[in-house]
Amino acid sequence: MAKIPQKIIHNYLRHRKQFPHVWCPGCSNGIILGAIIRAIDELKYERDDVAMISGIGCSSRMPVYVDFNTLHTLHGRALAYATGVKMFKPEMKVIVITGDGDATAIGGNHFIHACRRNIDLTTIVVNNNIYGMTGGQYSPTTPTGDIATTSPYGNIDPVFDICKLALGAGATFVARTTAYHVIEAQSFIKQALEHKGFSIVEIMSACPVIYGRLNKKGDAPAMMREMKENALPLEKFDELAPEEKQGKYIRGIFKQEIFPEYTEKYAELVASLQRE
Amino acid sequence: MAKKEIKKNHQEMTLMQGNEAIARGALTAGLNFYAGYPITPSTEIAEILSAELPKRGGVFIQMEDEIAGISAVIGASLAGAKAMTATSGPGFSLMLEGIGFAKMAETPCVVVNVMRGGPSTGLPTSPSQSDIMQSRWGNHGDAPAIVLYPNSVKESFELTIRAINLAEKYRTCVVLLTDEVLAHMREMVELPDFKNIRIIDRIKPTIPPEWYRHYDENPKYRTPLASYGEGYRFHVTGLAHDLYGFPTNKADEIEIMMKRLRKKITHHIKDLVQIESFRMEDATTAIFAAGITSRAAKAAVKLARKSGKRVGLLRPLTIWPFPDEAVRKLLGSKKTVIVPELNQGQLSLEVKRVLGGIWNYENRKTRKIIEVRKTNGELITPVEILNAIKEVK
Repeated sequence: MAKIPQKIIHNYLRHRKQFPHVWCPGCSNGIILGAIIRAIDELKYERDDVAMISGIGCSSRMPVYVDFNTLHTLHGRALAYATGVKMFKPEMKVIVITGDGDATAIGGNHFIHACRRNIDLTTIVVNNNIYGMTGGQYSPTTPTGDIATTSPYGNIDPVFDICKLALGAGATFVARTTAYHVIEAQSFIKQALEHKGFSIVEIMSACPVIYGRLNKKGDAPAMMREMKENALPLEKFDELAPEEKQGKYIRGIFKQEIFPEYTEKYAELVASLQRE
Repeated sequence: MAKKEIKKNHQEMTLMQGNEAIARGALTAGLNFYAGYPITPSTEIAEILSAELPKRGGVFIQMEDEIAGISAVIGASLAGAKAMTATSGPGFSLMLEGIGFAKMAETPCVVVNVMRGGPSTGLPTSPSQSDIMQSRWGNHGDAPAIVLYPNSVKESFELTIRAINLAEKYRTCVVLLTDEVLAHMREMVELPDFKNIRIIDRIKPTIPPEWYRHYDENPKYRTPLASYGEGYRFHVTGLAHDLYGFPTNKADEIEIMMKRLRKKITHHIKDLVQIESFRMEDATTAIFAAGITSRAAKAAVKLARKSGKRVGLLRPLTIWPFPDEAVRKLLGSKKTVIVPELNQGQLSLEVKRVLGGIWNYENRKTRKIIEVRKTNGELITPVEILNAIKEVK
């Protein structure tokens, strides 16, 4: 009997959990979850040591499918729950899965303060430019002028640049890539996991069924092509004339810096008090 | 000789503030995680624990808001901590989504709510008892609550230990109510001997991980609880879930979950409900009062007794689940029940619910409930309760 080829991800999926998953056809969430799993596999982490914690939204449904210590929390609160887990068990590898609305709207306060503390959490922000789970309302990253179910005449809001927000708030590893650049995504996630301190990888993702349909972006391959063309490495982005930069954005690692990590600082405090 | 032995069983007398008693009680119960956000009149609890917890290897963290406070507490509890936070009414309102999550996810934790005057920002430095109902019905969705309310500094110490014990025992969020006066007043306290204090820890699973179900069926509604990092790799969600913790939309699985949330409280009413009864045996008039107001009520009972009035006091130490049986048995036969409280009639609503159910048509004419309410930031005095007693014919 021929052996059925096994993929790495199959070793990490929960066999007890009933599939299919909740995601729409063409959604990037599966690609991103695959990249996360392969990065963890490369690092050879013990599953018992990995905690995957999410908020609310399409991407936040990731943890239920994977065989780690998993926690699906409340809208926006994943980083606060993760802070509790990490502070009590600093030896655990804590990965936070969040979306653009989850991280920067309802969870904006938790986001900036987790960055500021430089607590060793690896945060994956899946940015699909929309609230997908509730059916397509505009988020803080919906491009100005775009259509959402709550901006039927075009969105008048300016947008958040999530990486700049994280940089300003003090995160020590900040990177952005897209679901199209899946090998790069896997590499950035791996580096983020290895980084000691607060790390964030923003991954642009395609939502063809809701955001794409509302804004006539075409089908999933068309949205993938758009990410391929619009996400440029810093050097290439800098070469562009100002008018050519319209709609384009940078992918790459913006910051990778060594700075005292929060749980280590707390452990030092405890040790110094107990020596007395 | 006998005298000496009694003395040995007790510690020295200490002058202690209510909030300090809560912090000390929590540490005695084995608290090793605190996350919170400053708010008057609860802040001393955080201040004391910020000094004490790191010394003992525990974790103290000041979060960015109350929502983050309760969230970190739940996260830490899932990682195995005995975790607590403390706040006051406005912060408690913010914590409610987390309290609902802790109840839904059956994760042990304790929230202390030092009640101050409201609504809204209200009276930060004045007492009230206006979160009696918020602590029961505040979180969205339908889930029972365990809420305790002491009336002295010593009892603040004791009930904090009890709150942490009950949270661990029943895998839920337990609320400890106190009020601004209880929190800030100082009393001489004789703490019990630590050797005699019973500390309850959560039951740990003893089965192999592949057999483990995070919300397993249990005839006593006490399911073992694994922590993250122990090899069990379970899933926790605020969504309706099956016995493993995986989200479900199946009515039969949801039915089991909702039944367990309800039954683990209703099945243990005897263990949960604590009351104090004072001079109730021959009383024709009874006072029903909790927390700081019960102290004025006790003084009023003593004064009334001196002038020959047969008055007694029933005090709940457990506010929720409400002591229905005690109210029925001890207040059901009284001609008059006086309910003094620092709100617009929250406890009295419950007393009316219970007594209304047992009074017949004739009783209704001859029996009544007198409410003594105050919401101006001041306490109800014994004299004010005494005046209500004098009204009784």
